[in-house]
Amino acid sequence: MPETLLQVEHLVKHFPVSARDLFGGRQRVYAVDDVSLDVRRAETLGLVGETGCGKSTLARCTIRLESLTSGRVLFGGQDISSLTDSALRVYRRRMQMVFQDPYGSLNPRRRVGSIIADPFEIHGLASGTELKRRVQDLMALVGLNPEHYNRFPAQFSGGQRQRIGIARAIALRPDLLVCDEPVSALDVSVRAQILNLLRELQKELRLTMIFISHDLSVVRHVSDRIAVMYLGKMVEIAPSADLFEHARHPYTRALLSAIPIPDPDLDSRREQIILAGDPPSPIEPPPGCRFHPRCPRVDSICASDEPALISRLADTREHLAACHFPVADGEALVRDKGAS
Amino acid sequence: MTESLLEVRNLTVSFQTPDGIVEAVRGISFNVERGETLGIVGESGSGKSVATQTVAGLTRGARISGEAIFEGRDLLTMSAAELRAIRGPGIAMIFQNPLSSLHPFYKIGWQIEEMIRAHETASRAAARKRAIELLGLVGIPRPEKRVDDYPHQFSGGMLQRAMIAMALALQPRLLIADEPTTALDVTVQAQIVRLMQRLQNEFGMAMIMITHDLGVIAGMANEVVVMYAGQIMEQASRYGLFQQPSHPYTNGLLRSLPRMNAPDEPLTAIAGQPPSLIEPPSGCPFHPRCPQVMDRCTISAPPFLPVTGPEAHRSACWLLDPASKAQE
Repeated sequence: MPETLLQVEHLVKHFPVSARDLFGGRQRVYAVDDVSLDVRRAETLGLVGETGCGKSTLARCTIRLESLTSGRVLFGGQDISSLTDSALRVYRRRMQMVFQDPYGSLNPRRRVGSIIADPFEIHGLASGTELKRRVQDLMALVGLNPEHYNRFPAQFSGGQRQRIGIARAIALRPDLLVCDEPVSALDVSVRAQILNLLRELQKELRLTMIFISHDLSVVRHVSDRIAVMYLGKMVEIAPSADLFEHARHPYTRALLSAIPIPDPDLDSRREQIILAGDPPSPIEPPPGCRFHPRCPRVDSICASDEPALISRLADTREHLAACHFPVADGEALVRDKGAS
Repeated sequence: MTESLLEVRNLTVSFQTPDGIVEAVRGISFNVERGETLGIVGESGSGKSVATQTVAGLTRGARISGEAIFEGRDLLTMSAAELRAIRGPGIAMIFQNPLSSLHPFYKIGWQIEEMIRAHETASRAAARKRAIELLGLVGIPRPEKRVDDYPHQFSGGMLQRAMIAMALALQPRLLIADEPTTALDVTVQAQIVRLMQRLQNEFGMAMIMITHDLGVIAGMANEVVVMYAGQIMEQASRYGLFQQPSHPYTNGLLRSLPRMNAPDEPLTAIAGQPPSLIEPPSGCPFHPRCPQVMDRCTISAPPFLPVTGPEAHRSACWLLDPASKAQE
C-alpha cells in the first residue's frame, strides 16, 4: 500500500452569505459538506465537477488557503487544520498551488526572475548569484529561456506565463502540488504542452498532485484516481480507468456522456444523457441525495435518505459511489421502475 | 450551382492599434448554405470572431475589403440603416457571455419585446406574448413567470437560452453563434447544443458556429473551416476533416487533444506559440510551428489545394503540391 500523504476527514466548509433569510438568520453556502479522502504520495488525484460543486474550495481547504468550518486535514500525519499562520509556514513550503489564470496570478510590475525567486527569499533559502542560478535552472526546467530572467509577465504568452506559475510552485520541491484548472485559460495547441510538462515534472520530482478541472478528458489524461463532486459532496471516486469504464453514479455517467468528442462517428454512436435543468443552489441544497432533482433514476428514497459513499455492486474498496441505485455495467441509465 | 445564403469573398480586416496594424483577417472566403451549419474552428487570435462580426457589421473602425454577399446584396457596402434592417430578421447573433449581452437593468421579457418592436409593428401585449412563447420554446420553465425576471435571476445556461430566444424572435435566415457554450458547464453545454440543433431543424435556418472546441464542431457542423492567424488553413465536410485531416495544423490540433481511448500516451503538442498578427510570418503563417516545414513554406503562402478524397476538401499546404515532393 503506498504511503498516504494527505488525509481529509469529514471536511466541511460553509461560507456566510450577506443575504439573510426570512427570519433574519444568516444564510450559508454549503460549499463542501462532509468530504473525506486520502491522497497518496506521488499520485495524481483528479477532482472534477461543474461550477460551484466545491472542487476548488475543497482543494484550497486541504492546503489551508481557506480555514475549515469543521473536519480535519492531516498532512504527512500531522493535523494542520487548526494551525496558526506562523505554525503553517513550515508546511507552506511543502504544498504549492498553480492557478487557473496566468494573467491574474503574476504581478505585472515585477520581473519574472524575481517572481520565481519569491519562494527562496520568503523562506531564506538562497540569495545573490546562488539565487539567480537556481531561478534560471527552474526556468530551464519548465521550458522557459533562462535569458528572459529580466522580462515582465506581459512579455510572455499565456502558455509561457503558466510555465512561470509552475516554476514558482515547484521552486521549493513541494510534496503536494494543487493545480486548479491549470490549462482552462490556454489555447488548445498550448494546452498539451502544459499537460505534458506537468506529467514530466511529476515523474521527475515525485510530486503528489491534486488536479482540478471541469474537463474530464484532461483529467483522465493526467490522473491516477478521479473524484467526482456535485454540490459540495463527493459522489464517486475510483481509479481513472475504472471510473471511465464502470461509472456507477448517474451524475458521473451524465458528465461522461456530455464530453464533446472530436470524432463525428464516435459522437453519434455513444450513449447521450442530457440532464434536465441546472445544478441547484448550494445555499439550499436538496435533501437526501443532492442530485435527485435532476437524476433520471430517482426514486422516493433518494429525496429522503442521503446515500453513503461506499463500494457498490461488486466493486473493490478503491471504487466508491454515493448512490442508492448504482448503474451496473452495460445497464441503461433509466431504470425500469416496475422491477423495483 | 445554387446560390448560397452567404458568400464571403476575399475578406480582409485590419485594425490600427498603437502597436501597429493588426491584420486580423487576411483574405478568407467561405460559403454558408441555406439550412446548414458552418463550423469555424480556431484558437484565440485566429480571426474567427472578427471575420463573422465584420460580416454582421459589428467591427467599426476597421479597414475592411472583400465582399460578403447575403441573399444577393453585399453586407460590407451597406449603410448602417440597411444593416440594421437585416440584423434580426436576416442575421442574428449570440455571443459567448450571455450575461454581458443582456442589460442588467431591464427585465428579460422586456428586452425581447423591445427587439421585436424595433423591427415590427407589434403592440406591447402582442410582443410580450411572443416573448413568453419564445422563452417556452427554448426550454425555460414557467416562461409566463420568468419573463419578468432580471438577468441576474437566471443561471448561465438559462441566460444563453434567453439569448437564443431573442435571436430567434424574428426567425432569422442565418444565426451566428460565437462560442455559445464556452462559458457553460459540460452538462449545460450538452443541453444548449441539443437545443440549437432542434431549433435549427424546426426553423430551417443556417448557422455559423464559431468555437475553439473541436468536440462541439464534430457534433454539429456540416462544413468546417479551420482558421489560423487570420487565414483559412483547411476546409472540409465534418467527416472529411475529422477522418482525413490534411493540414499539419489541423493534425496538430487533433493530436494535442487527450484521447479518451488512449489516456496514457503523452500528448503531441504543437511547439511554440500562435504568431503575432502585427507582423505575421512570411509564407505560410503556420511554418514556424510546422513539423513538416519546407523551404518554400517560409517564402510563399500556399494556395488552396484539393485533398484527395471528398471533392470539397481543400487545404492550404504546400505538401499537397506534387512539385514539393520533387524538391525534396
